[in-house]
Amino acid sequence: MSNTQKAAAPARETIALDPRRVAQDFPILKQKIHNGKRLVYLDSGATSQKPFTVIDAMNEYYHVSNANVHRGLHVLAERATEIYECARTRMHFFINAYLPGEIVWTKNATEAMNLVAHGYARKFLKAGDEVIVSRMEHHANLVPWHLLAKDKGVVVKGIELNADGTLRLEELDAFLKGGKVKIVALTHVSNVLGTINPIAEIAKKVHDAGAIFVVDGCQAVPHLPVNVQTLGADFYAFSAHKMLGPTGLGVLWGRMSLLEKMDPFLGGGEMIEEVTISSSTYKEPPGRFEAGTPPIAETAGMTAAVEYLMKTGMANIRAHEKELVSYTLERLKSVKHLKVFGPANPEIRAGVFAFEFEDIHAHDVAQILDGEGVAVRAGHHCAQPLHEWLGSPSTARASAYLYTAKEDIDALVKALETVRKKFA
Amino acid sequence: MQDAHNEEKNLDQLYRDVLFEHYRRPHHKGELAGAEIVTKGNNPVCGDKVTVYGKLDAQGERLEEVGFDGKGCAICIASSSMMTETMRGKTLAEASAASDKFKAMMRNEAAFEVPPEVPDLEALEGVKKFPVRVKCATLAWTTLKNGILAYQAGKTGGETVEACETNTEKE
Repeated sequence: MSNTQKAAAPARETIALDPRRVAQDFPILKQKIHNGKRLVYLDSGATSQKPFTVIDAMNEYYHVSNANVHRGLHVLAERATEIYECARTRMHFFINAYLPGEIVWTKNATEAMNLVAHGYARKFLKAGDEVIVSRMEHHANLVPWHLLAKDKGVVVKGIELNADGTLRLEELDAFLKGGKVKIVALTHVSNVLGTINPIAEIAKKVHDAGAIFVVDGCQAVPHLPVNVQTLGADFYAFSAHKMLGPTGLGVLWGRMSLLEKMDPFLGGGEMIEEVTISSSTYKEPPGRFEAGTPPIAETAGMTAAVEYLMKTGMANIRAHEKELVSYTLERLKSVKHLKVFGPANPEIRAGVFAFEFEDIHAHDVAQILDGEGVAVRAGHHCAQPLHEWLGSPSTARASAYLYTAKEDIDALVKALETVRKKFA
Repeated sequence: MQDAHNEEKNLDQLYRDVLFEHYRRPHHKGELAGAEIVTKGNNPVCGDKVTVYGKLDAQGERLEEVGFDGKGCAICIASSSMMTETMRGKTLAEASAASDKFKAMMRNEAAFEVPPEVPDLEALEGVKKFPVRVKCATLAWTTLKNGILAYQAGKTGGETVEACETNTEKE
């Protein structure tokens, strides 16, 4: 069992969220769909909805401050640059990075993972070196390593899972003992099983073996208090749009000592110091990794998103979702012939619920749920190796967030009964 | 609001009773022994997987029997079942043309016509309004055509991958 992850923060009182009041801040959730049905949005694992403060911040940026960053000397350029760099500082506080400069803005979390693979691993790994991933990874934490394996002869190996959907950490120990592991790349929270992996515990093992630890934090940063210093990984990637922010913006956090050693992945404007016809020198991190005009309005939205999350309190959000996990697992038990995947223990589970009806295809399930106003996702959720393990090419997945109420789960359960009746 | 209302109606059009009948009791499902045409179809995004069988007459020109096996959503299985009804007794050229025509109909590139011998096919017209599901309906039809082409080229086996036009898998 891997619930050995010590609570990073000391136990403290949390304040109960009222998700229905929270939902009032999200204009999109107020609409009616399909002939007057309430929209029950249970696809936050794919992307979260945005509070009006985020939408307004981006709107205001274009109304008041729009300019390109860093190069201009005029008033708008100064404003835009300040917005862009303040967002970086705000993000560094939010995840407790050591320095603002350790926050690299990317297009999305996928680009952040690729930046580690191509900027770091391509430079320092050689044929025969091992990269350890796991059975529960999103394709964004598999394919970049596969590309490297093809080009450089790096070997990619995977940690298998226990029956409850937790990592078989003894397999990691065995890989590390082999002495060839240079990188371990794991997700913090599974986007299908909801498993919360014991990152701090794993970080210690990885570092004892002299390897680098890369974490996919896409499903963690929006839902749990994340403190990169206490987690102790070396790189940590996540995206803005799953944490109330806009699409088109991702984050790679990396230790400055590692970022400094890395080669740029994209070349072009913004990231250079000096350019001649035949050669160029690069800026220090993070600028080195931010070639071209970056997403600027998106960083304005990101700042508003981080403010919203901090104001609400990440510990409160986690407490709310943990309660929702218990409630949902219990309610789903009442649906006949429904199989729910992932850990039963709410302590090590986030608000992600992949499920399957015996003999009803996930797309049929999702289609009928949609007809009832309940938005879930169906498919392999960019995790084909995991679905191979589940023995099912596709599952339906409901995922919760701070605006998800028990009533939403009740609506899901009711709609699942409709599915069962239709297919009975 | 009007649109929302139409969508509501469409979902009933998608899961028609006739379609459910074919889904629950598919025609010609199961391995067809002695089939000359045996070919697989795969829709990796949905996880629909079918194998389509064709047994030819003595001249090797006409499909005497058509069958399928596999797993998939209600649309995929019902459409596979109706495909076997449609194709039985057709020459290879006729079957290829029928496959093309069905695909064109489902993609709104041709008028939806129901062959008198397979009236149930009408139940699939509603699928057109759900673009993401069209490939579920066309999988078995495309697979049979590719099986015919492979047979004519002197090959057996092969796998058809039905590309997903609307990728719903972005995370």
